[in-house]
Amino acid sequence: MRTAPGKIFRACVLAAIAAASTAIAASVDGGPAPPFTLSTPGGRQDSLSQFKGQVVMLNFWATWCGPCQQEMPLLDQIYKQYAPAGFTLLGINVDTNEAKVKALLAHKPVSFTVLLDPHNSVAGKYHVEEMPSTIIIDRQGNIRYVHRGYKPGDENGYQDRIRQLIQE
Amino acid sequence: MPRLRLALIGAALALGGCTTLQPWVKPYERNHLAEPIMSWNRDAISAAYMNHIFETREGARGATGIAGGGCGCN
Amino acid sequence: MAQADKKLGRWSAITALLLARTAGAAVLPDDRADIFYSNYSGGGMDITGKSVSVRKKFSEQLGVEADYFIDTVTGASIDVLSSASTIHDQRTQKSLALNYIRDKTEYTLSYTNSVEDDYVSNTTHFGLSQDMFGDLTTVTLGFTNTRNLVGEHNGSVTTWLAHAYSLGYEAGVSQILTKNLIAGVTFEVVTDQGYLANPYRSIRFLDPSNAKGYSLGAQVYPGTHTSDAIAARAKYYLPNRAALAVSYRYYADTWAVRANTAELGYTQPIGRRWIVEGRVRYYQQGHASFYSDLFPFAGSQNFMARDQTLAASTNLMLDAKATYAFLPDGWKIFKRGTATLEYSRISFKYGDFRNIKNYGLPAYQPGSEPLYHFDANVWQIYLSMFF
Repeated sequence: MRTAPGKIFRACVLAAIAAASTAIAASVDGGPAPPFTLSTPGGRQDSLSQFKGQVVMLNFWATWCGPCQQEMPLLDQIYKQYAPAGFTLLGINVDTNEAKVKALLAHKPVSFTVLLDPHNSVAGKYHVEEMPSTIIIDRQGNIRYVHRGYKPGDENGYQDRIRQLIQE
Repeated sequence: MPRLRLALIGAALALGGCTTLQPWVKPYERNHLAEPIMSWNRDAISAAYMNHIFETREGARGATGIAGGGCGCN
Repeated sequence: MAQADKKLGRWSAITALLLARTAGAAVLPDDRADIFYSNYSGGGMDITGKSVSVRKKFSEQLGVEADYFIDTVTGASIDVLSSASTIHDQRTQKSLALNYIRDKTEYTLSYTNSVEDDYVSNTTHFGLSQDMFGDLTTVTLGFTNTRNLVGEHNGSVTTWLAHAYSLGYEAGVSQILTKNLIAGVTFEVVTDQGYLANPYRSIRFLDPSNAKGYSLGAQVYPGTHTSDAIAARAKYYLPNRAALAVSYRYYADTWAVRANTAELGYTQPIGRRWIVEGRVRYYQQGHASFYSDLFPFAGSQNFMARDQTLAASTNLMLDAKATYAFLPDGWKIFKRGTATLEYSRISFKYGDFRNIKNYGLPAYQPGSEPLYHFDANVWQIYLSMFF
């Protein structure tokens, strides 16, 4: 295959074989939740380890993500409803521009903790494949549920899992 | 161009296999691309209007990403 | 060049697997209402366009868009040589589009109806846009069906001449290349048949028996026309929050017209409220095989045209646009409100179309009149409310 299209074809086949032999989308499901420390817009530092013993929901969101915006008021309701039973919701924002996040929260405040991840290190650790992504961690610190994206009705699924994990 | 055609079909099939390749821009790295100024046509009405001006005065048409309509040629 | 056209045709069938026009099929855009006013003046024509358009989501999956547009034309273009020297015409266009999203696929169906004294056009378009590969790639396929009725208007009477039909097939792929770069390739094949000429335009041929040295005659167009166009474009996000856009299109058709279009644009947001944009567009085309400014005698060819859109020509557009968000954070039900002003100057130059208007007894020998050129000024002003 000496022609240019022939070379492209060969390169693609080799790439496909190479890619197939490496792990496909790394999964975090079932393992211990990677620890992290991030700051809130107010400047306070929070670590995941602080919440051991509680059921923790991580929601990765951004100001430029439409479905994330739709989901936030519903997450706020869920947080208020289950917080007294030992539940925490951490809204991890991946924007690189902090000013935009503060402006949005001033307009549409939420009662759960928002943490800023501008370098996307936590999003990387949790292998975020889609925006928004929701991860629910049990009282022992293990990841029990990963949900990618958001469609109206998904919040019911979250509530079922939270209730289940609270009762454990 | 039978060889080229074969190569393109082969490339299309191999690309099917290539989906095990990881997306190199993560979904949380899309903030710049999500800006309204990064869309192809920020104002659809204006884009359609300018497209109509050109289509009625030029011999060329198509591949603009804007569906056509009407004449208004004279 | 027929061989090249056949090859392009075959490429389109194969590459139909791979191409697209816009990115982001996953989410419907914000609801929006626009009031639009425009004015085009140049080449003896003055055209005012007004439109109202609304786009609304009925659920997260279904959106509708409706547009109503009126064009009012006064003046006469250079080659309208009949006794009716100035024309007043009005064109009304209505269109309705539906967008439906299911998972990673967006379906679009639209219908456009355009009516004027001497032309009725109905266009139906179906499009499909699919996100894949971690949403980095979007593949788009489109099909457009147009049915036109062409007539000739004289005084207060319109004579309906014939129909013209057009079918368009489009395929495109858009790819996110880096955090700051998106590129796309689009291919479109359009095939027309029927009455494809402009009934108001005439050919001219050398005629010593006429004082002017030439006489006018009817154009004779082929009954079919097929064209291929392939365009590549890219948009790059610059560190100073600006965006740079570049695009190129190559066009070739069965009438031997070959055209190149290149465009460069720069968009710069300023502060929270302003966005300014500048664009340059260059267009060049070669003439159609049956086009001539002056035929040697009547009936010298099977097909003959003297329509300026088929002449060898170039045009250059310089464009500036400014958008001001007078409601950057919204007010009540409105999320955002903007006002936009855009000015474009387009310079048209013809390589083989001559300016023969208003010459009574020949000041020039037929065929040596000055080549035609004109400048057009286009203004657009619109108000957009997002809700």
